[in-house]
Amino acid sequence: MRATTLRLALVGVTAAVAAALLLAIVAAAGHDAPRALAALGRGAFGSWDAVLSGTLLRATPLVLAGLAVTLAFRAGVLNIGAEGQLLAGAAAATAAALAVPAAGPWPLMTALLAGIAGGAAIAGVAAWLRARFGVLDVISTLMLNAVVQYTVAWLVRGPLQEPTRIYPQSPTLDAAARLPVLVPGSRLHVGWAVAVLLAIAGSWWLARTAAGFRLRATGMSPGAAASAGRIDVPKVTAWAFVGSGALAGLAGAVEVTGVTYALYENLSPGYGFTAIAVALLAGLEPALVIATGLVFGALEAGAAAMQRDAGVPAVLVSVVEALLIVLLVVAERGRQAGWFRSGTIGGERA
Amino acid sequence: MTEALTAFLEATVRTATPLALAALGETIAERAGVINVGLEGCVIAGAFGALVTAGAAGAGVGFVGALAAGAAVAALFAFCVVRLGTDQIITGTAMTLLGLGATGALYASLYGAGGAALSVPTVGPVAIPGLSSIPVVGPALFAQPVIAYVAVALVVAAWWVLWRTHVGLALRAIGEAPEAAAAAGVPVTRLRTAAVVVGGALGGLAGGTLVLAQAGTFAEGMSAGRGFVAIAIVVLGRWHPVGAALGALVFGAATALQFLFQAMGWALPYQLFLALPYVLTLAALAIARGRGAAPAALGKPLS
Repeated sequence: MRATTLRLALVGVTAAVAAALLLAIVAAAGHDAPRALAALGRGAFGSWDAVLSGTLLRATPLVLAGLAVTLAFRAGVLNIGAEGQLLAGAAAATAAALAVPAAGPWPLMTALLAGIAGGAAIAGVAAWLRARFGVLDVISTLMLNAVVQYTVAWLVRGPLQEPTRIYPQSPTLDAAARLPVLVPGSRLHVGWAVAVLLAIAGSWWLARTAAGFRLRATGMSPGAAASAGRIDVPKVTAWAFVGSGALAGLAGAVEVTGVTYALYENLSPGYGFTAIAVALLAGLEPALVIATGLVFGALEAGAAAMQRDAGVPAVLVSVVEALLIVLLVVAERGRQAGWFRSGTIGGERA
Repeated sequence: MTEALTAFLEATVRTATPLALAALGETIAERAGVINVGLEGCVIAGAFGALVTAGAAGAGVGFVGALAAGAAVAALFAFCVVRLGTDQIITGTAMTLLGLGATGALYASLYGAGGAALSVPTVGPVAIPGLSSIPVVGPALFAQPVIAYVAVALVVAAWWVLWRTHVGLALRAIGEAPEAAAAAGVPVTRLRTAAVVVGGALGGLAGGTLVLAQAGTFAEGMSAGRGFVAIAIVVLGRWHPVGAALGALVFGAATALQFLFQAMGWALPYQLFLALPYVLTLAALAIARGRGAAPAALGKPLS
């Protein structure tokens, strides 16, 4: 519990650092910092609608994709292809929803399952290339990101294009294939509840089940896991890879059925990459991904308002995310190397 | 038909030039044992650096600005991964986010969000007397901007340095067995840092090429994944400078096919052709059994 409390404190500190960094850059660029801060706060927490239709809505794909990254990283799989797997999930979900007759709960269920399968299939290719040929995860997932991106670019101008054939996007999904709204009057959909439940279940699974133990052992030390724990390391890593892709695919399916209701090329503003920051900040602990997903969701919702109301480019959020990732990996490296052993952060070791 | 073929070849070389420069840079960094996934950040930083400096002092200085901007991003990356020993992949991903975000925000702040497209001086094609009058291939290959010829010269120079000099031998050694190289007296940290910075500078030059020899302007995110393409090309080119140049031509040709299709009026799904080189790269990796010719210590921090 102590480690969790420390982590949550770290998340809080990091959120404050992120906001401070953002404002420092905003001020340095010659914008009106107080006005930008007000807009940031308003966009993220200013009203119930800002919280529900802004922060929580944006946090949903970030939590799901963050869980995907967490699962892979915990098993020692460097899956940086969550972006492509998410897009594949969105494409598969759209194709399935359009193919199933619009009646009953089937279109939605089919779409979500197809999304999971789509993401898992793409990750499965990378997992197979790793297991069979020893291809580096980084290279295979990067290549597959591009393959998926171009395939979606083709789909929305080809087989999945809307009937008038003017816009590069799919037809709008029927009401039967859409996720129900979670809070009436807002845009927040059930996907948020699904993400939270999965995060909690993920923490339990990782800490309390034999399979979760095998995954952690494999990630910590594949050699020791194989020799001392008699764990089938290649099998565990392959399943972690596929599971990670399935979660990212679900994120894409949830985004299509809950927010955009149609497939288009720029469906994801880099959720799969932000998810890496989300997972790292959570210390690769699934339940904490909820908190870190909220931090980044709030940051993005606030930045959108900042652009609208104070003229500050929202793309600044990427700068803040990048700096946070760098600070976190440097801190993590320092913890490993014992730079802070006499300080407070070293206490986490015990 | 010959006109279309000339246009196809010209477009292939034009598209391949920035890819070859970036892939050459990544080849140098990876040969030293560092995989720079942040190359995309170097490319976009180079494009922005070119815009700022060329706007003030002309296209020639713009290329220097591009080099410097790419090197700056790579220096930050090298400080984290080589000096501090952070994870190369995650740090590199952050560098890409940083480059894309910082240039996008700076562009909007300096020149107004979505304002009028800024144009900078560009370098025109230079025809090589004699060679450029060869039918079909002449106008395509020998009437390119100077930077295309510079890229060819750099490929040869990189090959010579890597395989014919002591520095090159040391650089390849630290990519294969850094501990052994260190024991033999090679300054591993300094040399790795230098390789990454030079690699990033070439990535920046690729971005500068986009602005100064092609677009004549800057757009947010105009690197459009070329840094990632370059990483694929390095694999396809088996970590060799000449391989990088040939790989860049393969990717360039895949892109140029769409112009050919449009010229011929064929309604083929060119997006699938754009995806093809990536599939080819994966297949090449699988055939070469995974790491292929990859340096043995690639991606691993110094102990």
